[in-house]
Amino acid sequence: MKMVAPILAVLAAIVLLWYGAAVGLNAQWTYDQAARAGETVTFSELVTDTMNQKRPVLPAPHQVAQGLWQGVFGQKFTSKRSLIFHGWITLSATLAGFALGTGLGIVLAVGITHSRAMDLSVMPWAIASQTIPILAIAPMVIVVLASLGITGLLPKAIIAAYLSFFPVLVSMVKGLRAPDNMQLDLLKTYNASKGETFWKLRLPSSMPYLFASLKVGVAASLVGTIVAELPAGATRGLGARLLSGSYYGQTVQIWSALFAAAALAALLVIVVGAIERITLKRMGMVR
Amino acid sequence: MTEKPVIEASNLSLTFQTGDGPVHALKDVDLEIGKGEFVSFIGPSGCGKTTFLRCIAALETPTAGRLTVNGMSPDEARKARSYGYVFQAAGLYPWRTIAGNVRLPLEIMGYSKEDQAARVEKVLSLVDLEGFGKKFPWQLSGGMQQRASIARALAFDAEILLMDEPFGALDEIVRDKLNEELLKLWSATNKTIGFVTHSIPEAVYLSTKIVVMSPRPGRIHEVIESTLPKGPRPLDIRDSEEFLKIAHQVREGLRAGHAYDE
Repeated sequence: MKMVAPILAVLAAIVLLWYGAAVGLNAQWTYDQAARAGETVTFSELVTDTMNQKRPVLPAPHQVAQGLWQGVFGQKFTSKRSLIFHGWITLSATLAGFALGTGLGIVLAVGITHSRAMDLSVMPWAIASQTIPILAIAPMVIVVLASLGITGLLPKAIIAAYLSFFPVLVSMVKGLRAPDNMQLDLLKTYNASKGETFWKLRLPSSMPYLFASLKVGVAASLVGTIVAELPAGATRGLGARLLSGSYYGQTVQIWSALFAAAALAALLVIVVGAIERITLKRMGMVR
Repeated sequence: MTEKPVIEASNLSLTFQTGDGPVHALKDVDLEIGKGEFVSFIGPSGCGKTTFLRCIAALETPTAGRLTVNGMSPDEARKARSYGYVFQAAGLYPWRTIAGNVRLPLEIMGYSKEDQAARVEKVLSLVDLEGFGKKFPWQLSGGMQQRASIARALAFDAEILLMDEPFGALDEIVRDKLNEELLKLWSATNKTIGFVTHSIPEAVYLSTKIVVMSPRPGRIHEVIESTLPKGPRPLDIRDSEEFLKIAHQVREGLRAGHAYDE
């Protein structure tokens, strides 16, 4: 309970601020409408109107909540207007990209820790890859792959993997190098092979590092997928929902999709966290 | 000594090349260690005692001279798994239970499952850790962890046990107890032990042979054969005149080797 009170207090403050901002930002439209009709508006009329505009600059919290409710429960899950439908499209590409990126990150990290040539050649490119804005490269990947006849989930997953492999790579290189000289010497006295050293020492040592990076990676995957859904007129997925919302000035739709994406990200991080706790507990690394 | 020595070093030198010029970690070391001996290496830091032990274990490569372990080169001896090595820190894997840690060398060396279990049980009782096999390292005290690491070195049948300040990080009370247990274990198993230490009483109490080393360059100053009885010794042997005489001899040796200069 001690934890809940501060969280609720902060939440209440945010909602209050939000309502205030909604009144302020949406007031102009109300004034314009009133002026056109030759009327004046009282303060209470102003507040009521700014809370309930169809296309507000900033939708009020309850409008977003309504939009979310409508999107999740207001229709069949298979409907094109269902946030569950779009969320699933995004989630599936996110998970595919996350798996791809994590796999790539781990494989590269293993290569880097075992080969000096890879250490020198791969790492600079990996770092350089992350300096390119994803917004710039995503449309090109989509277009190039589409011209090769590859559309749907895979191009989005590739963009997601592009973002998520990096944290996994960096953490795993650190994790696989975590064993100190004494632990490596000990295995040497047993005349252990490189493979045994990897499976019995390096890999278990890297687990805490891996999970820390997976939490970053899964969130990055979601961002990558949404960005990949923006260009090329995608019609399915939370990113497409954001885009079509902005085409038609449907701010409530945009905000609803944003919150759906945030909830999805939170859910993914929580799931990874739970897997982390279970795994480390079974390994005896959590007291 | 009619038997062939287990460890034999002649004119052994090891020079590290550093940015500040060469460092003579070991210079012209001659030593023979016979089967079943308990040999302590004592001296100040930088005298090469740990380096010498690491040379025997083939963790360092000498730059000159000859060194044989069981009649083989150190590297061949390492590949033949001739020795168990105990480090200053227990270095148990936190993700393995105590039994799992002791089993580690057995898994790598390809012992059968039943043999592994039997050996783990045997060595855990040797170091007085029966019933702790299912615990994780963090559930044990420092002294118990170090005992587990000794059990790990004993689990496979190496004739030689190399110990690099294994009790250096423990308090004196625990250290006394472990010293006593180590002596019992040694007389029960008849292994050859090389033991690096900073402590004069520890060296005198444990050893049949004390190698006094001095620094810059690292070399053997004096080899003292202990006249104390071989086998388990009571802790209060340390109050005997003979013990004090040997301890005095070691101290004199360290002084003459300029160990106290700094």
